[in-house]
Amino acid sequence: MDIPYTVEIRRDTGLTNGKIGIWLFLASEVMLFGALFASYILIRTGAPSWPRGDTILNVPLATFNTIVLISSSVTMVMAWASLMRHRFGTFRIYMGGTILLGFVFLVVKYFEYSHKFHDGLFPSTNNFLAIYFTLTGLHMLHVFGGMCVNAYFWGPGAKLWKTNPEWFTNRVEHSGLFWHFVDLVWIFLFPTLYLL
Amino acid sequence: MTSDHAASVPSDHAVDIDKHVRIYITVFVALMALTIITVAISRLHLPIPIAVTVALLVAIVKGSLVACYFMHLISEKRLIYAVLALTAAFFVALLALPVLTVHDGFWIHQ
Repeated sequence: MDIPYTVEIRRDTGLTNGKIGIWLFLASEVMLFGALFASYILIRTGAPSWPRGDTILNVPLATFNTIVLISSSVTMVMAWASLMRHRFGTFRIYMGGTILLGFVFLVVKYFEYSHKFHDGLFPSTNNFLAIYFTLTGLHMLHVFGGMCVNAYFWGPGAKLWKTNPEWFTNRVEHSGLFWHFVDLVWIFLFPTLYLL
Repeated sequence: MTSDHAASVPSDHAVDIDKHVRIYITVFVALMALTIITVAISRLHLPIPIAVTVALLVAIVKGSLVACYFMHLISEKRLIYAVLALTAAFFVALLALPVLTVHDGFWIHQ
């Protein structure tokens, strides 16, 4: 049985089912990260002293990662635009770039984490590091999840382009919405944890 | 153009897509500039309340650019706006609750 309203618009919502589905999922994600941000505010305002992020964390590396993630958002949206222009080859290049940039982000985080562990700084060391590792760790899982979905659309999932290009384009857009959300979360994490 | 037009793109829409691509590049440049501004401001070592305000304002501008243009929120359907409005209300409540608990004299304060 075919999945309904993957391409055609539902009259009651004015949207495809996939579009409303991804936005509802993102709404739940906002609450997930919101709960952690609220925890951060509570812990920080309740602490007698709180370290500046840049005295413990590596700001140049995090700035580099911010540039990497913003660039990956651009390549992601360009991948979608390529499909809209019916240029599948260009889509593959941009989507490949997005996956690669996500990988670079994770590698940089790996080095950041390794350096912290080497210096004896663990989540159990203090509240600042506990919330830092929790927030960035959860964010890294989201980057990894987004990379897996994008890799699927770059590879085996791209077969759909031959049989139903409209549906494939919509799926890539939904994957892109998640990827941009992950970028958006980092935009707030970066100043909150590293600069303040 | 909204993404719901992702179904077969007529050639006259190609111009629209070209326009969108130019916007994406402009937004990208703006996001890079704002990232540099964020880091530069942090080096001024402003008092914490001012530093938090400025950093969050810049982050909100950056986040809005991503949401409006990369996520196409600037031209979405009303149902999406309704979902996000409800999410925003709960999100604000979630952030406000712990702040209220640490203010002297408030009813939650022990």
